[in-house]
Amino acid sequence: MFFSFFAELREARVPVSLREYLTLMEAMQKRIAAFNIEDFYFLARTALVKDERHLDRFDRVFGHCFRGIETPTDPTTAIPESWLRKIAERFLTQEEEQLIESLGGWEQLMETLRRRLAEQRSRHQGGNKWIGTAGTSPFGAFGYNPEGVRIGQHESRNRSGVKVWDRREFRTLDDTVELGTRHIKLGLRRLRQFAREGAAEELDLDDTVKSTAHNAGWLDLRLVPERHNVVKLLLFLDVGGSMEDHVRVCEELFSAARSEFKHLIHFYFHNCVYDWVWRDLRRRQVEQVSIMELIRTYDRSYRIVLVGDASMSPYEIEKEGGSVERWNDEPGEVWLRRLFDAYPRAAWLNPVPEKHWPGTASIGMIRRITEDRMFPLTLDGIDRAMRSLKRRG
Amino acid sequence: MLRFEGTDTYVATQDLQVAVNAAIALERPLLVKGEPGTGKTILAHEIARGIARDLITWHIKSTTKAQQGLYEYDAVSRLRDGQLGDERVHDIANYIVPGKLWEAFEARQAPVLLIDEIDKADIEFPNDLLLELDRMEFYVYETRRTVQARQRPIVIITSNNEKELPDAFLRRCFFHYIRFPDRETMQRIIDVHYPDLKHELVHEALTIFYDIRQIAGLKKKPSTSELLDWIKLLLVEDISPEVLRTRDPAKLIPPLHGALLKNEEDVHLFERLAFLHRRERGGS
Repeated sequence: MFFSFFAELREARVPVSLREYLTLMEAMQKRIAAFNIEDFYFLARTALVKDERHLDRFDRVFGHCFRGIETPTDPTTAIPESWLRKIAERFLTQEEEQLIESLGGWEQLMETLRRRLAEQRSRHQGGNKWIGTAGTSPFGAFGYNPEGVRIGQHESRNRSGVKVWDRREFRTLDDTVELGTRHIKLGLRRLRQFAREGAAEELDLDDTVKSTAHNAGWLDLRLVPERHNVVKLLLFLDVGGSMEDHVRVCEELFSAARSEFKHLIHFYFHNCVYDWVWRDLRRRQVEQVSIMELIRTYDRSYRIVLVGDASMSPYEIEKEGGSVERWNDEPGEVWLRRLFDAYPRAAWLNPVPEKHWPGTASIGMIRRITEDRMFPLTLDGIDRAMRSLKRRG
Repeated sequence: MLRFEGTDTYVATQDLQVAVNAAIALERPLLVKGEPGTGKTILAHEIARGIARDLITWHIKSTTKAQQGLYEYDAVSRLRDGQLGDERVHDIANYIVPGKLWEAFEARQAPVLLIDEIDKADIEFPNDLLLELDRMEFYVYETRRTVQARQRPIVIITSNNEKELPDAFLRRCFFHYIRFPDRETMQRIIDVHYPDLKHELVHEALTIFYDIRQIAGLKKKPSTSELLDWIKLLLVEDISPEVLRTRDPAKLIPPLHGALLKNEEDVHLFERLAFLHRRERGGS
């Protein structure tokens, strides 16, 4: 029972395990929600979803699996009016009008719509003909047909007819792509390790009391080494140029990083690292630091993280004078290698989604230079980056 | 079978009722998340009241250890008694202090146990409680005794999302995310708290409240608890619905806004928006 639903949830990357599924079965057996699809929806949600980020995915799968169990309203009476009004509101560009031509023109489109409305007797989802959601038919919402007419997608329209799960109220909580400060913090926290170094010098009160008590009352002093946060980090942020889109994400990473490390020094670069970087964004010309000096100043125990989209012309990496900022005597590749040689624990975080990486030549080049230590700027990517930073050295 | 259907002071939406009843019937913990101020902690209190059970609250702080919920060995007392030659010192059981979980296990009738703000604790904290919450028993090493729950308590856990909870822990819980109430539900909530409130006042207050929530860029959006506080203040100050209704450009900031906006930046933001709005009006 419901096994295909379970399988589809897993396919949609809602992390459900057999244990949750059995819990749901047990709850069904106890008749917690037996005769009402809405109660069943709430029950399945509370039993199977454990994170608000997955609620939207759950809603989509639920809507897909249990479609047509209850017909919301009679489509020939209630819906058409508001749907057609919606069409009138739609603003059409010239290209869109041409697209409509491809289906036989506006009149034809409306005529077909009217005919379909008359034919269709139930709410529909998926498929390629009927009016509904998520299909490729030109009519309906969330569809893929470019000449589609959006129907009932605006929130305030016709809400009474929409099922709870079809309202998709948790859409804003799904954050596979968007990376919030909290998640970056969680990822960066991996890097933060409290290692105990040096001589025992702090009185451990709990342990002293405990061992004194165990010692039948004879005082037994216990000492522990003092706590140090030993993580030292140099952060290099790409600014300007093709990074404009990603500046917001980077700023979040930056602000998260600030509160996590005591030993954090940040630098800025543009596209690729050459013989200098900036200390301060506003005073680019004044506050320049040469990489050689940087390597001399900070020893190998520092870790480095570069944040950049690595999307540039290949010349900027492999040719001298390739920098967009000023003349460089040695190519960026040489400087990048120097930096990565000097700091064995290094990672490059890239806000460009991983699946687009093969499409950009410069990303491939930098991945080679960094020995495949480039990670996407997602929670998962940061996790991997932090793990790699911990491992090496 | 026990069923929770909200109380006279708490409006439980249908999805919340299903979640609570599933947790009660299957004797699994219920993890509750949601925006601050949507009544996560209150929920446990109201469940206890609704089904007439005792409530045991365990507030979690950043220093709380899982062990403290089970029991603590009071070594200092034993040390003192040892120095003074007290007879009690010979029995170690005298120095075992039961924690909240133990208390809940030993209760005659299964109580409601609230583990409040579990995300405040150390990241390993939920893992340390896995077995105890699953099997509802634990072992006291000092006295070599296993404490078993007489009845499984109804466990409600709240989280503010400050830390991610481990998967193994989540798998054992039911989960409910309290969504911010829509206007209709909010109206019911206000009715429950202030039954004799004038209808227009509620209407005006709600309009202003949802307008404020619409403002983009607020650091902390006002929530249900803030709305209830604000309405209480409006009542105390005897502010009439007419005052709220005035769209007088000079008084764009609602009276007693301090109850709704808790943050200096937000008040500034609001004032600036009000100012811009006024200038716009003046110009046209």
